[in-house]
Amino acid sequence: MSNSYFELIRSGINTTYQDKGRNNLYHIGIPYSGAMDNRNFLLANKLVNNNLNSPVIEFAYQGPHLKFTGDKISIAITGDVIFKIIKKNSENIGNCYESYQIENGDEIDIISTNKTIYGYLAVGAQIDIQPQWKSYSINTKASIGSNNGKKLENGHIIELLKLNSNKDKKKIEYINSKVENIRVIKGTNFNYFSDEGKKNFFEKKFIVSKLSDRMGMRLQGNRIDNIVNTNIKSEGLIKGVIQVPPDGNPIIMLSDHGTIGGYPKIGVVASVDYDRLVQITPGSNVKFKEIELSDAETLFKLYEMDTNNLLNQI
Amino acid sequence: MINKIINLGDSALYCDFGQEVSREINSKVIKYFNSIRKSNIEGVTNLTPSYNKLIISFNLSITNSKKIKKEIETLNIDYENKIINKQIQIPICCENSFSPDIKRLEKKLNLKKEQILENFFNTKYFCYMTGFIAGMPFLGDLEENMRADRLETPRVKVPKGSIGLTEQFANIYTFESPGGWNIIGNTPLNVFDSSNEIEPNLINPGDTVIFKEITYNEYKKYHE
Repeated sequence: MSNSYFELIRSGINTTYQDKGRNNLYHIGIPYSGAMDNRNFLLANKLVNNNLNSPVIEFAYQGPHLKFTGDKISIAITGDVIFKIIKKNSENIGNCYESYQIENGDEIDIISTNKTIYGYLAVGAQIDIQPQWKSYSINTKASIGSNNGKKLENGHIIELLKLNSNKDKKKIEYINSKVENIRVIKGTNFNYFSDEGKKNFFEKKFIVSKLSDRMGMRLQGNRIDNIVNTNIKSEGLIKGVIQVPPDGNPIIMLSDHGTIGGYPKIGVVASVDYDRLVQITPGSNVKFKEIELSDAETLFKLYEMDTNNLLNQI
Repeated sequence: MINKIINLGDSALYCDFGQEVSREINSKVIKYFNSIRKSNIEGVTNLTPSYNKLIISFNLSITNSKKIKKEIETLNIDYENKIINKQIQIPICCENSFSPDIKRLEKKLNLKKEQILENFFNTKYFCYMTGFIAGMPFLGDLEENMRADRLETPRVKVPKGSIGLTEQFANIYTFESPGGWNIIGNTPLNVFDSSNEIEPNLINPGDTVIFKEITYNEYKKYHE
């Protein structure tokens, strides 16, 4: 034990531990989970010298307000986040993508994300939590993962086992690019929809509904009419699948999604756009753009190279 | 054999074994599932077998559709290998508070409660797949006269242990979840145990399930 810990004076709206998530469990009904925005998750860990797959604290909209007790530690926040660092004699607005040294009695108040949903707090230490199926990621719907699969509540203590010895200040210049256009590969049931429905899907704007969470993003807009069958025999789903239920409003499967579904699949979000998709806030517009498989593969490689370049700059 | 293999997005393959739901097709799906699991193909991160489809998810950072498709097409499938399956008995209590949709079913099926329960308990079920929520078994097949549609408006919360019917299938809600199946009873058994990382599911694809009716008093005893 290091005798160092954070106390959550305020837990925030949906604060969980997340890492890369868990594999090979779809067949029993358990999705990947893991950090919604993978690039920001990796950058947060790198800024505090953690292994890239260390668990971080993911928050949505309003983040936690934490008070630190213990030895000097480094922290970093990524995303598009407004936060304050409160020390004995000062109170300053902090910058994302920059590490800070936190000392005994300091507080971090993560006020909110800015026109995005998810932000990440990495602490330069090993957190005293237990993995489940080789991952610390919390899936609150299935009560799986660290903290008994529950989101963090007010008063939660983040116990730290071992502090990283390297606490050097680190920083990169990075701005999250906001997108409205999401690239999509046609789905296995694309031909279930009317010509007008297919046209609307790739030409008209959809609005992200308030009923969106880590499981899925619901959209509203021009109704996409099904002319074949509003149900299919239940089959597997993957992250990014866009299903259209009988009401004609698409639902995109996100990281905590149900593993089996019976609605036709009109498309699948290209992996290159997943990190940006999950950050689109309710009330915003989304427009889908058709992309071929080979282009989606190339763009993903470029996106990954870009992520690695950013990591190497730290 | 797989009828066709197509891509599902850029990080998964969709293997189509046919349109109908039958034990014969489903056991082919399960044989492929088992063979692919054993073969440890590089980059495969998840497999989702269902009635007549198998989805293979992979890590696009280290592999791609083309490579995985080739691996699947050249894979040796062990058709002779018998699927190891168990027969499991699940106790169910159909007391009124556990069967909120029995009235709906009486109307839809034009059968009396007693007949519905008799048909339900006299059927031997086959587990086609598990999922949607962790450990939920999809069991079949109900007789023609027992097949009803989903609720018009799904429930926001279906209690843990609920037994639901829809079309030719029965399922068990392994924990509280939204859902639209017709609920006719509840089991006191833990059908999914997240503390058991090796074998969390009580029921697995290929298993046979029979339901046994219990009284409310017997139900309560399970929780003591």
